[in-house]
Amino acid sequence: MTEAAADGGYGIRFKRLLSEYPVIPLILLLTALIVALEIIRPGIVNERWIANTIKFAIPLAMLASCQTLTMLTGGIDLSVGTIATISAFVMATQVTLSGSAAAIPIALAPAILLGLVNGFGVGVCRVHPLIMTLGTGLIGIGCLQVYQRFVIATGSEVPDYLAWLGTGRFWILPHSLLLFVPFAIGVIFMLRRTGFGRLLYALGENENATRLSGVRGWQVHLALYALSGLIAGITGLLYLGLIKAPSLSLVEPRLLPAVAAAVIGGTSIFGGRGTYSGTIIGALILTVLTTMLTVMQIPEGTRRLLFGVIILAVTAIYLRLTDES
Amino acid sequence: MGLFRRESWNVGLLVILALLLALTKAVQPNYGAAGFEGLAQAALPFAFAAAAQAIVVIAGGIDLSIASMMAVTSVTAAVLMEGATEGQAVWIALFVLGLGAAMGALNGFLIVITRVPDIVVTLAMLYVWEGVALMILNAPGGGASEWLKALPIGSVPLPFLPESVSSFIPKALLFLLVCIAVVWFPLKRSKLGLQIYAIGSSEQTAFRTGVPVRRSKVIAYSVAGLFAAMGGLVLTASTGIGAPIPGPYLLASVAAVVLGGVILGGGRGGLIGPIIAVFILRLVRTILTFLAVDPNVTTIVEGTIMVAVVMAGGVLALRGRRRKAA
Amino acid sequence: MSESRIPLLEASSVTKVFGAVRALENASLEVRAGEIVALLGANGAGKSTLVKILTGALRPDQGRVRIRGSELAFASPTDARKSGLIPVYQESSMIPDLTVADNLRLTDTGTEPFRHWLNELGMGDLRLDARTSGLPLATLRILDLARAIADDPVVLLLDEITAALPTDLVQKVLEVVRSQKDRNCGIIFISHRFIEIGAVCDRASVLRDGRTVGSLDVRPGVEDQVVEMMLGGSLDSTAAVGDSGVAGDRAAGPPRLRANGLSAGDNLVEVTFELRHGEVLGVVALEGQGQDELFEVLSGFERPTGGTIEVDGAPVVFQHPADAIEVGLAYVPGDRATALLMQRSVHENIALPFSAKASAWGAIPKRRERERVAEAIERLQIDTRAQGELRRLSGGNQQKVTIGRWTAANAKTLLLFDPTRGIDIRTKRQIYPLMRELAAQGTSVLYYTSELEEIPLVCDRVVVIFSGRIVDTINARDVDESMLMRAAYGLRPSSAEAA
Repeated sequence: MTEAAADGGYGIRFKRLLSEYPVIPLILLLTALIVALEIIRPGIVNERWIANTIKFAIPLAMLASCQTLTMLTGGIDLSVGTIATISAFVMATQVTLSGSAAAIPIALAPAILLGLVNGFGVGVCRVHPLIMTLGTGLIGIGCLQVYQRFVIATGSEVPDYLAWLGTGRFWILPHSLLLFVPFAIGVIFMLRRTGFGRLLYALGENENATRLSGVRGWQVHLALYALSGLIAGITGLLYLGLIKAPSLSLVEPRLLPAVAAAVIGGTSIFGGRGTYSGTIIGALILTVLTTMLTVMQIPEGTRRLLFGVIILAVTAIYLRLTDES
Repeated sequence: MGLFRRESWNVGLLVILALLLALTKAVQPNYGAAGFEGLAQAALPFAFAAAAQAIVVIAGGIDLSIASMMAVTSVTAAVLMEGATEGQAVWIALFVLGLGAAMGALNGFLIVITRVPDIVVTLAMLYVWEGVALMILNAPGGGASEWLKALPIGSVPLPFLPESVSSFIPKALLFLLVCIAVVWFPLKRSKLGLQIYAIGSSEQTAFRTGVPVRRSKVIAYSVAGLFAAMGGLVLTASTGIGAPIPGPYLLASVAAVVLGGVILGGGRGGLIGPIIAVFILRLVRTILTFLAVDPNVTTIVEGTIMVAVVMAGGVLALRGRRRKAA
Repeated sequence: MSESRIPLLEASSVTKVFGAVRALENASLEVRAGEIVALLGANGAGKSTLVKILTGALRPDQGRVRIRGSELAFASPTDARKSGLIPVYQESSMIPDLTVADNLRLTDTGTEPFRHWLNELGMGDLRLDARTSGLPLATLRILDLARAIADDPVVLLLDEITAALPTDLVQKVLEVVRSQKDRNCGIIFISHRFIEIGAVCDRASVLRDGRTVGSLDVRPGVEDQVVEMMLGGSLDSTAAVGDSGVAGDRAAGPPRLRANGLSAGDNLVEVTFELRHGEVLGVVALEGQGQDELFEVLSGFERPTGGTIEVDGAPVVFQHPADAIEVGLAYVPGDRATALLMQRSVHENIALPFSAKASAWGAIPKRRERERVAEAIERLQIDTRAQGELRRLSGGNQQKVTIGRWTAANAKTLLLFDPTRGIDIRTKRQIYPLMRELAAQGTSVLYYTSELEEIPLVCDRVVVIFSGRIVDTINARDVDESMLMRAAYGLRPSSAEAA
């Protein structure tokens, strides 16, 4: 039908596979990792392990959705770690101060606010998203430290429903699936079936083409980063329920794995390409990989180095694969 | 007049710095030689980070891994110097400088061969170098030789000046100026320096006029690595140990570069502006401290200033691009 | 003149293929010592590709270039410079943020010879410590030229050196260029102005469709011959396109679009014209005469530096292309790649403007959208067998998508910039009747094309732009190709028979 198919070639076929069904090679990779883990430590893969893996992969996948959404436009959001931490911390303290119902909107407000600031910087001032989100992250941490001094006496509390959502499970199914399944469906629907999702892909692939079509890019950026902030905030609440000990570095260590999950899941850091289903598998892969590194007692330094290398290598390979033609 | 015009940005920065110093004196009448020395010491690592960032930005790139490279060089120096003699420590310091240049060159090399944008490569390398630092030293530790520790402390006694004046010339400041002068001024005057400005100003035009674009880029990143290594050594000197977790130098370096008149996008500015900018940003912190503002609030104010500077810089760069296009 | 003129530059059987387009096919060029050769060709004939190959910016697929007998390596611009071929490009090669002196150091150009030539060019008082970004375009061109000559070229390549210059400077430049003959330097001179070619060139080499179709000595009256050569046998008139009955004057009332003294910097100067309801107005211009700026201003991409735009009699100001779209002006740029999402489907590309407004960010009304897209696909006869990704479509089908996007959005006015560039003949023949059909339904079309034979097939009237000004307005049924070509080269005196 096309020249590409006639040429045959493994490279081209692999490329096709990646671009049309990115989930398939990812699932293969995931399976391979699980098998490897079972070989390293026989008997580790059991009901409880599966439930735990899913439980930890869920908030990671949510945090990674922020990266997928922003990366589709050619951006990135490095403030999500801080935003999630802020929401979690504010939640835990406000439960005692304002009650567990009112605490939710209070906890999510700063998340949306920081997201709006990001969107303003990226969309209107045209600051590179990486610099911008790094900066708001820094400011956010500063604010959180100040806030902490005000509420130091109140103590913190994790509401029961968050603990139930974060840690409970039914057979191999963690309760957090009740939040995640509708969330994932919503994100996938948004990307595939809404005008906003269409614009995210379009903006990342060819900003000029969107301008020509009458799209005002700053509006999209503003909405996008606000949404990313909101998702990060909700993820923070889930982490609170999962880990139950709010601290000033609750979610920060998950930032890098979230970026890596999106990149491994096939989201192009240059924009225009990526799916959320890929990112979900990416988050599962990252979670299994982390277990593996823990089991093998790989120190933190090597882990970071590995994550850095993975991000660079995967990006370079995707660039190679999609460059010519 | 030409000189004054060309340096008008730096002159403006110096005026702001002078005003801030006056303000400091007004807030805290005791502020004097000791205070200024403290300022110079505190500014030192930031100044090297800003110098490193500036040269890469001039070449049209950006390096997010500077703070991590500082951490790597700092822990390397600390680990090697622990128990080493004073004489060995000199060789160690030179080795660490070479290591920094090599790490920077690797950054540049990866950018050139993978053709992945600077910002993505150096983001990945940020984590790689952070990992390397942790592998070298898992927790703060190691040591520093005595001469290194003494390097930024005290003032320079100049025989022809009364002590009341010479005490206002901290060794830290002199050290900074010497390091910058030794590396930057010869480079800026050389053809290589011109080529670095040229690729930042317009890579396409530079290529067409026969500038070796790839080589110049790798060298710019390598020099940035060298400055980062100086920053790393200074960190080890001031604390006496090495810390593997990178400090808050990344955003600070970008903000100082933008405030210092180096346009993001490349081709314009120098190293003096960003270094004055570092002193300004540090002094703001000093003033807030004297005003007994909560240190956390100070962090917020500082962060807000930096983000505002970068945002203003973004708007300026956008205008500049429009004008270039017209 | 002297008989012992050895060839300094010999390019032979140079071929370059981009995808399906053969940009150059067996092109050749010879320049002898002390000779000035004009390189001529209509838009898209392959001039710029040949220039890029000669200067080492592009590698040819076949063929070779020799300079003074030794083969050029084509590795990079540096190699071309080293072997003595010094180019002066259309855009300035001065690094904007450096001073003039630093720019000279960058290319190892001697200050003394540079000063000398700068003097000859009448700019002796220029300060070398001036930053080049602050200098006017004309000065930059002079600097480029002085630097190139000071570099002691074996072969000097001048690409539109006079384009941005005021008349007095043009004379100085031509004098200096002529004086290079005595230094036994060979010169390749590219220009759109026949007067200049007549004034300095010895020979003209003509390209058409990527081939060298001839080389002739320059003497008075050679223009006609050159124009015929550039057009060649391409008068194999494209089959009549259905009802090409040119519409007469439409109903009175304000025009659909009116430009009032529209200016954009130095490139577009006080352009005034009207686009009527249901009219296809052609725009004819050589490359870089200001048509790019005209379209960008009308589509809201750039702000005009002077003049106003009226739509249906009401003045409008565009801050963003969205504002132009709001009043029904849709722009199809010359470079398809800038308008399309190559990794996305035909459907996504056509439907993109539907989702542009924030009010349309919600769930996509699938069925209604599919109907509108299908209608556009049907109307433009887009081949959708390769639906998955747009980049797998042929150039012609891609181009149809850029137009179909706006017929689907019911745009009242189309601004089409060279919509048939580099696409196959079948698609072209589908596009011509489509234009007439759209016009018949009341759509107004501003139609710039580099293919002059299309004008009588598509347009009602045509405006000719030269050096940023409208030099002629002609009724399309009265034109033929060579007449348009002459007008585009500024050769035809402005006529009173405006439509």
